[in-house]
Amino acid sequence: MALRGNLRDFTITQLLNLINLANKTGTLVVEGPSETAKVAFRNGKLAYAQIDQEDSSLASVLHRAKKLSSGQYQSIQQRAAHISDKELGLLLINAGYLSQEDILTNLQQHFTDIIQRLFTWVEGFFHFDNDSLPPDDRISVRLNLENLIIEGARQMREWEQLQDEIPSLDMALKFTDRPGANLRNVNLSVEEWRVVSYINPRNTIRQIARATKRNDLEIRRIVYGLLQAGLVETTRREGASSSAPTVRVFPTEDKEKQKSLVNRLIDRIRSL
Amino acid sequence: MQTVKMVVTGPFSAGKTEFIRSVSEIDVVSTERKISSASEKSVKEATTVAMDFGRITVDEDLVLYLFGTPGQRRFDFMWEILSEGMLGFIVMVDSTRPETFREARSILETFHAYAPTPYVVSANKQDMKEAWDIEDMRHVLRLDSKVKLVSCVATDRDSVKTILLELLYSILSEMENGEK
Repeated sequence: MALRGNLRDFTITQLLNLINLANKTGTLVVEGPSETAKVAFRNGKLAYAQIDQEDSSLASVLHRAKKLSSGQYQSIQQRAAHISDKELGLLLINAGYLSQEDILTNLQQHFTDIIQRLFTWVEGFFHFDNDSLPPDDRISVRLNLENLIIEGARQMREWEQLQDEIPSLDMALKFTDRPGANLRNVNLSVEEWRVVSYINPRNTIRQIARATKRNDLEIRRIVYGLLQAGLVETTRREGASSSAPTVRVFPTEDKEKQKSLVNRLIDRIRSL
Repeated sequence: MQTVKMVVTGPFSAGKTEFIRSVSEIDVVSTERKISSASEKSVKEATTVAMDFGRITVDEDLVLYLFGTPGQRRFDFMWEILSEGMLGFIVMVDSTRPETFREARSILETFHAYAPTPYVVSANKQDMKEAWDIEDMRHVLRLDSKVKLVSCVATDRDSVKTILLELLYSILSEMENGEK
C-alpha cells in the first residue's frame, strides 16, 4: 500500500510509529502549510531531516549550536564550500576542533528539532518514498524513534488542549484588573518574560509570537500559563493593525498628551 | 487601557523588591529556582527567573508597571529586554554596602547605554547608621552633579513616592527642554 495521505487523518506521531514498527527505509515527505519537510529513515531509525531550503549543512548546524564561531563558519563557506559534510566532519575531527561525538550529537539535536516542529503540523499531504535515501554528501545518524514518539504523543495531547483553550491567535491580551491578581508562585522563563513585556491590548498573540520568535505551540503554551495564573486575560485587539508589535515608551505620539500622561502619573503617585 | 513602564534596577539585595512592594497594588515576589521537572518540554535543565513586578493603576485609562531586574549578574542579559519601552529607570544602591557601589555604577552605565531615558539613583537604607553619606556616595559612584541622587528607605512608602516623583519630574523636564 502506498504510504500517503493527509495529516488531518494521520498524525506525524502515528507515521513515526509505523515507520519504527515496520523498520522502514526511505524518506517521508510532508508538504505543510508553508514548508515541505523531508525526513529519511534507515531500518526504522531516523537518519536525516531537512525543511525546505533551510541550511542543514554540517557547518550551519554546528554554527547554530555555537560549536563554530561566525568567523570559522564564514571561512568554511568561503574556502570549503565544495567539500561534503563527511569530508568537513573528518577535517574538523582531525584538526582537533570537535570530536565525532560532538558532531553526531549536534546533528541528532538538529534533526530532533525538525521533528519537534513537525509535531505542530496538523494539515498537509505526506507520502513515503521507499527509494529515496539521505543525500550522499550529508552525514546520517541512527536515532531511535521511541522517545520521539512518546514526546510527540504528549505534545499532541497538549496541542489539542491548547487549541481548545486558545482557539485564536488574533486575540489580544491585557493584564487582569481583578483585585488580588498577582505573580505569587509564578516563575517565568526569560522567553515568558519577553512575551509579558509585549502584552498590550494593541498587540495580538500572533504579533507577539512573531516578535518573540515563538511558534504556534510555544506561544499558546506561554499564554496558557499566564491565563492559568490569572495574570492576563484575552481581549479584542484595540486600535489600528500593525505588522509588528512595538514596545513604545508612550502609548501616544502626541507630545501634549505625553505630558498630560506624565502629569497624571505625578498626581497619582502623590495621592498614594 | 494605556500602559507605561519603569524599571527598578541595581545590585543584588539593594532593595528593589521592597521598593516596588511599598507602592504596588499587587503582591510582589522575588525568588529564583532551577527547574528540571518531568513536565518540562525540553530535556535540558532550564532556569526560571522570577522578577519583581508591580502595578499602580492611575485611572481607568492608564496603568504604570514597575519591573524589577534580577539582581544577580548572570541574568544581566535580561536588562536589555526589560529596558525596551521604559519611561525611565531607578538604580537602587545599598548605602550600607560600599562593596556594591562599583557594580551599581556598571549597571547604571549599562542601562543608560540601552536607553538614554531619565533616571534617578536611589541611595537606599539611609536610615541605617552604617549608611554612607549621600555626597560621599556621589563621589564614589562618579555621578555628575546633574544626576539626581536621592536618599531612600525602600520600606517606607513616602520615601519611595519621592523617588518615583523625582523620576517623573525629570521625565517632564526633559520633555519641556526638548520643546525649546
